[in-house]
Amino acid sequence: MIAMIGKFRSRHDRVLLLIVFWLLLALLGPLCSSHDPGAIGSQPVFSAPSAAHLLGTDYLGRDTLGRLLNGIRHTVLLCFASTLVSCSVGTFLGIAAVTARPWVEALTGRLADGFLSIPSLLFALLVIAVFGTSTTALIVTMGVIYTPGAYRTSRALAQRIARLDFVTVARARGESTPYIILQEILPNMTGPMITDVGLRFIYAVLLLSNLSFLGIGVQPPEVDLGSMVRENMLGMAYGSPAMIVPVVVIGVLTVGINLALDSSSGRR
Amino acid sequence: MAATIQVENLEIVGRRGKGAELPIVRDVSFSVQRGEMLALIGESGSGKTTVALSLLGHIRKGCRIAGGMIRVAGYDVTALSPHECRSIRGRVISYVAQNAGSAFNPALSIMRQVVEPALVHRTLPRRDLEARAVSLFRALALPDPETIGERYPGELSGGQLQRLMAAMALMTDPEVVIFDEPTTALDVTTQIEVLSAFKAVFAERGITGVYVTHDLSVVAQIADHAVVLKDGAIREAGTVSKILFQPEDPYSQALLAAAEPRSRQADLAGQPEQRSLLDVRNLVVGYGQRTAAGLPEKVIVNHVSFSVPKGRMLGVIGESGCGKSTLARAISGLQPWAAGELLLNGEPLAGNVRERTPDQRRHLQLVAQNADSVLNPSKPIGQTLERVVRFYGGLRGAAATRRVNELLDMVRLSPSLASRLPSELSGGQKQRINFARALAADPQIVLCDEITAALDTVVAAAILDLMKELQRDLGLSFIFITHDLHALQSICDRVAVLYAGQAVEVGPAMALGKGVHHPYTRLLHDSVPLMEPGWLESTRIKRADEAMPATLLNSLSHDPELCCFLERCPDRVSGLCDRVPPPVRSVPEGPRVLCHLPASICSEFST
Repeated sequence: MIAMIGKFRSRHDRVLLLIVFWLLLALLGPLCSSHDPGAIGSQPVFSAPSAAHLLGTDYLGRDTLGRLLNGIRHTVLLCFASTLVSCSVGTFLGIAAVTARPWVEALTGRLADGFLSIPSLLFALLVIAVFGTSTTALIVTMGVIYTPGAYRTSRALAQRIARLDFVTVARARGESTPYIILQEILPNMTGPMITDVGLRFIYAVLLLSNLSFLGIGVQPPEVDLGSMVRENMLGMAYGSPAMIVPVVVIGVLTVGINLALDSSSGRR
Repeated sequence: MAATIQVENLEIVGRRGKGAELPIVRDVSFSVQRGEMLALIGESGSGKTTVALSLLGHIRKGCRIAGGMIRVAGYDVTALSPHECRSIRGRVISYVAQNAGSAFNPALSIMRQVVEPALVHRTLPRRDLEARAVSLFRALALPDPETIGERYPGELSGGQLQRLMAAMALMTDPEVVIFDEPTTALDVTTQIEVLSAFKAVFAERGITGVYVTHDLSVVAQIADHAVVLKDGAIREAGTVSKILFQPEDPYSQALLAAAEPRSRQADLAGQPEQRSLLDVRNLVVGYGQRTAAGLPEKVIVNHVSFSVPKGRMLGVIGESGCGKSTLARAISGLQPWAAGELLLNGEPLAGNVRERTPDQRRHLQLVAQNADSVLNPSKPIGQTLERVVRFYGGLRGAAATRRVNELLDMVRLSPSLASRLPSELSGGQKQRINFARALAADPQIVLCDEITAALDTVVAAAILDLMKELQRDLGLSFIFITHDLHALQSICDRVAVLYAGQAVEVGPAMALGKGVHHPYTRLLHDSVPLMEPGWLESTRIKRADEAMPATLLNSLSHDPELCCFLERCPDRVSGLCDRVPPPVRSVPEGPRVLCHLPASICSEFST
């Protein structure tokens, strides 16, 4: 039993640990900086790192580190929320497609196909053009965009598990559908579903950064990693950390989770 | 002359994850002379396939040869580079895998695949190869040898594919052929055809080979020498007749004892016939839309009737695809039926398990087939059992734990297993837990679907013993669905023989092999190999064509009313069997048979 839990943990804890690390950074990070991220100081713009400003200043002379920590908060929390939405709705529909009547699967399956055929950036542009940009709109939009993928993964998993003998035996015993879903199917999906959550999270980070870079994501005075890159584009000429560091953070965030996922799914 | 295959002190080690290296094969030495067939015998996990594959220079990922020498047809396999390995594989030494169904590419025609290994090694031009392939098809007794190469794998049966794979392996005239359980996945009636074809080709071409199997009666037919492997080490080696008739090693003796058909029958002669517990009456199960007659488009179980008396064991036997699993699903309420009825204790059962009363569900328990998937991998054994105890009996807390321990004891397992997860148990232990779960409901009848099919012989024999004990101690009734006639005969009181969805014969199990039977039952019985060398040659199974050439079969033969066994029946009678649906006849003191059973064979029938 303990060996089994140990095995489970070693397979998936890297991904979970990494996500928890970023969440903690997002929640607690801004508290670590003494600078008001919005305050425009008297410092020169795009200054080099110094003792007062560990990562220098940005195009308005604001403290880069303070803004970066705030940017991470927005990026990580927004993406985490949208991933939660997409994965829980997707898993729910995926299992429903397997356990409910055939027409549920036909309906949800075709809907998912339809959504998957729309390019995600285009869809996001369209929604934001109609409803305007806000935190809720971004979470819901990204949630909707990644639900079909999560739906497909969970449906495929549930379909395989629902055909196994122990589910057949539970059905023959007369167990209720909620019991079969919660006790027999769901616990055996968690491993692959954690991988899926990690993957959707990466997609969401990239999409949000794209949107913010285009100026339709997180709006000033709030800041996220994508909008930081856009604001400080001019700093590229000076090699300013204000532009480079958020790019590096986006890279570290996505590639790091990706590597953790690869190492956990590659080993047996 | 030196032996064609020579293996000396072979050691293979492997590691799982980052753990230490564990020995998989330990100090294995054997040799095979030209023209001889060596059998590697062992249970799953004994290393027999690993040894066989190492002859090809193939070692699974994570494993390596730690020592020893393998010499095949003059090549030192362990010293070859990957490139050199490729050049001898398929040319000097070739391989016939277990599951031919998945070994062929479904998108290419048979001929392209059969000549491929020879083309890769450029032994002959394509045209000569194809001629050679056709002669091999003929030698392997394949139907239509001239044209079978144009067909696709999906159009052929498992037995035919297995023979085609052997043809593929023989295309290059290899020095050595390795057969890895080639008949294990086949039905007995098909297995005997494949074995006869193999045997004929071996004799004709003087093939040197290694035959990996766990089936001792197959070894008796095919091999000259045998090696018994256990946990990667040789337990005994010698000629086949020595291993089969004077085994010295205790493990070989245990293997033989388990394979020996043995009766576990309790003496029921004196006991009065019990009242019927479960009655199946004219059950029809199928898929698709209903036709005008009210029957489904595709009928899987066709008007099957039988009854299971209290405390008795009924065996249902038939080959793959005969509808036995569908029958099990229908009885357990997972597959609604189209017609007929099912009575438990005289009361009708609903087709959907949700509509059955809790007591009905409790009394009838299903033990499913696959030991690996039958337990929820994320739940400890104790929880799995406790759930059933609580679900039916309402027991909680200490009472539930006590009951779980009682159940584990009933299936001869230690209570300490309760905290284990299924992945930590062996196949046999899982199957016992599977039983315990059914017993947790305190059932009257247990439906066992192929529960011994995936187990090793010794383990399966122990499970059969357990079933018999439970039947005796708890007065349980069983329906035992199987394709293994030995297992069925050893424990069942009654037998129902299923063919193409019809119960062609229902009768006492003791009478099998003697008296009057349906032709299919006889074919089934005669096809089970006996553990005597030479049995294969001496048994001549009458072929259907000899009774009445297929061309004479009336065009009406596709009428679903006619006998379902007509096309394969060796005793079919022109003008009767292909015109008139078979009646149900019962033999006094014998089975109830669905056949015309011509009077010339037997006259004492009452219709």
